[in-house]
Amino acid sequence: MRLKIKRIKEVMGFNTLRLCMLVVVMILAVIFYDIFSKGAGIISWEFLTKPPVDGMTKGGIFPAILGTFFVTAITAILAVPLGMGCAIYLNEYARDNGLTRFIRLSIRNLSGVPSIVYGLFGVTLFVDMCHFGTSILSAGATLGLMTLPLTITASEEALKTVPRSYREGALALGATKWQSIRTNVLPFAIPGILTGTILGLSRAAGETAPILFTGAAFFLPDIPNSIFSQFMALPYHLYIMSTQHHNISLVRPIAYGTALVLIALVFLMNLVAVIIRYRLRKRGMAHG
Amino acid sequence: MDKKIRMKAKDVDFYYGPVQVLKRIDLDIFENNVTAIIGPSGCGKSTFIRLLNRMHELVSNARLEGSITLDGKDIMAPEVDPVEIRRKVGMVFQKPNPFPKSIYENIAYGLEVNGVRDRDFIEQKVVESLKKSALWEEVKTRLHESALRLSGGQQQRLCIARCLAIEPEVVLFDEPCASLDPISTHKVEALILELKKDYTIVIVTHNMQQAARVSDHTGFFYMGELVEFDKTEVIFTRPRDKRTEDYITGRFG
Amino acid sequence: MNRKNKEKLIEMFFLFNGILVILILVGIFLLLLKNALPAFKEVSLQHFLTKPIWNPDAYEQPTYGLLPMLVSSLMVTVGSLVVAVPLGIGTAAYLSDVASPRVREIAKPLVEILAGIPSVVVGFLGIVLLGPVISRLTGTYNGLNALNGSILLAVMALPTIISLSEDALGSVPRAYEEASLALGANKWETVIKVKVPAAASGILAACMLGMGRAIGETMTVLMATGNAAEFPRSFLGPVKTMTSTIAIELGEVAYYTTHFHMLFAVGLILFLITFVVNLCADIIFHKHTRVQA
Repeated sequence: MRLKIKRIKEVMGFNTLRLCMLVVVMILAVIFYDIFSKGAGIISWEFLTKPPVDGMTKGGIFPAILGTFFVTAITAILAVPLGMGCAIYLNEYARDNGLTRFIRLSIRNLSGVPSIVYGLFGVTLFVDMCHFGTSILSAGATLGLMTLPLTITASEEALKTVPRSYREGALALGATKWQSIRTNVLPFAIPGILTGTILGLSRAAGETAPILFTGAAFFLPDIPNSIFSQFMALPYHLYIMSTQHHNISLVRPIAYGTALVLIALVFLMNLVAVIIRYRLRKRGMAHG
Repeated sequence: MDKKIRMKAKDVDFYYGPVQVLKRIDLDIFENNVTAIIGPSGCGKSTFIRLLNRMHELVSNARLEGSITLDGKDIMAPEVDPVEIRRKVGMVFQKPNPFPKSIYENIAYGLEVNGVRDRDFIEQKVVESLKKSALWEEVKTRLHESALRLSGGQQQRLCIARCLAIEPEVVLFDEPCASLDPISTHKVEALILELKKDYTIVIVTHNMQQAARVSDHTGFFYMGELVEFDKTEVIFTRPRDKRTEDYITGRFG
Repeated sequence: MNRKNKEKLIEMFFLFNGILVILILVGIFLLLLKNALPAFKEVSLQHFLTKPIWNPDAYEQPTYGLLPMLVSSLMVTVGSLVVAVPLGIGTAAYLSDVASPRVREIAKPLVEILAGIPSVVVGFLGIVLLGPVISRLTGTYNGLNALNGSILLAVMALPTIISLSEDALGSVPRAYEEASLALGANKWETVIKVKVPAAASGILAACMLGMGRAIGETMTVLMATGNAAEFPRSFLGPVKTMTSTIAIELGEVAYYTTHFHMLFAVGLILFLITFVVNLCADIIFHKHTRVQA
């Protein structure tokens, strides 16, 4: 009898846990179903390649796609080298001392700083103090700093997977430390770094709060012609279309279409990252 | 003694953080000889051999007292570049560690990082070192295949070839056969005997038969101390210290 | 230049790269402080911390009380945790102890995908999907209120809580589990009475990081909570959090006015709160790993 009660408790318990997982999956399913079912209808070649017209009630979202692309490029230019450099320091040079622990603590804390606070920082540092104005450069740089903790962590993980023996072997052959890192560590870590970095950039591409005041524009008739121009961006465009537009219910399909394109973009980037990781694993197996 | 001393450890104390791993080591390494270092696991023998080309510096909290000289010059002196030492004192590791590159590139690597740009010279060196390490016949048709496709024994001989290509004067072997099968082990041992004509060799091994087969001098390490150091035949036939005798007769290990 | 100096120089370069991270963190703090301090030339700190009204546009006497938005932020954060903590831990326990390896292979990437959904998309769905549902169920006008924000924030915090809790559960030594099973406990009792308690500090750290994420989240609350500048009264009423206040007002305010500086003061408070939350999570987490080791 006691055993039977125990058994019933176990089954009920496990089913509760199963239910939790199911709820999470359902949330995801609802999000995707809603966006796809209501957003797919408006997607057309014109929607993707034409600017908005008639007070943004018609036309496409091309400038927003382009703007997001430009900003993400600036983000990458800043976050990737700095992230790799910091990871190289931590994994290859740093000794286990107070400074190193402080750097690691700073990275963990930076990753917890709210995105809107990065926005405030970007306004002060890039827009105001550096005189970049509200521009692609300011917004990209702000997102770059925000992405830095992710690229550092990803790069360090990738460096950790390179066996110690590659470094030792190179050093024992008379390579200097930097030679051993450059020729015998980095080449094997690059695919892993790439995977993590693209994941980080996909987050940056979807961020809105940091670009609100650093360069994103409501509407621009022309596409940006320099990194000092303002720009339209997909996430900001979605925000505008769903809350700030003068006729929100009229432009709802455009908002859905924008959401779909944004999600598709983010997941395309994720997919690329996953494919790189998969090929990396396969290559690893062929070697092992 | 009859031969010229190439390397000399004098009063070497070595610490990892607060832990002393080596105590008062005095040991001479003779030219064109094979010097074997034996002892139970954890006795400090691998630690010691890594001092000889300053590989110990990869560990951040290591500290060394005493001196180690190469041809009379202190290799630990602050003005000495460890890279210079590692070019003269090569090392073959316990586990074969070819780089995930082709056989050719593995050997060319050491030359390239040492500034050699002449392709013909590199090519000639690759062939020469593969021949020296008795691997040439087995790989000459597939120099551009991945080194990771070679068997364990072949990989280890490739690592030896890689080391020889940069023309070291002393070659350190850190348990080179620990992960090899008996046939591969035999090949590597034969190679070591061949190499001692041109090089000064130090080999760490936990295999006493191996030490007896290949070495001219043997040092027995126990708990961080060099218990006994002498000609190999003396160590294996008339050890002076009780601990050496117990070890080589297999009473502990 | 000789080789040794060149190597030294390269190492210095990477060292500087590492130190840069510290400079950025300190820089964020200092610049927020620099832009926040001028606000207190005109408004006292006491005013900022105790006044229950935030009304910078008042014609006669603008008030800059932090409390309404602080309470709003805490409300939606607590609300989100009520949903996300049990759901997150339950899912983590499922993934670590119930799911077959095959299911886990599929389910874990799903959690990552959830983490990858941009917050503005979640906020958008709060308006178009969740809002109408809440409106119908509770009879409120458009369903844009603290409840809506809480649920959305829970969605945003879930991936963090799930994956870190699962790591914590996964790092419980197998020996504990085996000992419990050997004593006649079944798998469920082992999970609840041995594994979860053993992983408690790791799970706690995961929840705190999820909380940090929720407090700092901007777009979802900005879009889904109604943004009324009054003191929050219930979960069914609109609220305006610290993050949404900054997001809405910084775009409209003139630079270098008291209002402008006040928004930085709010940002500074936000920074300090998340800093402390993350630091606590860090300390708890490290205690946890030390015990494991």
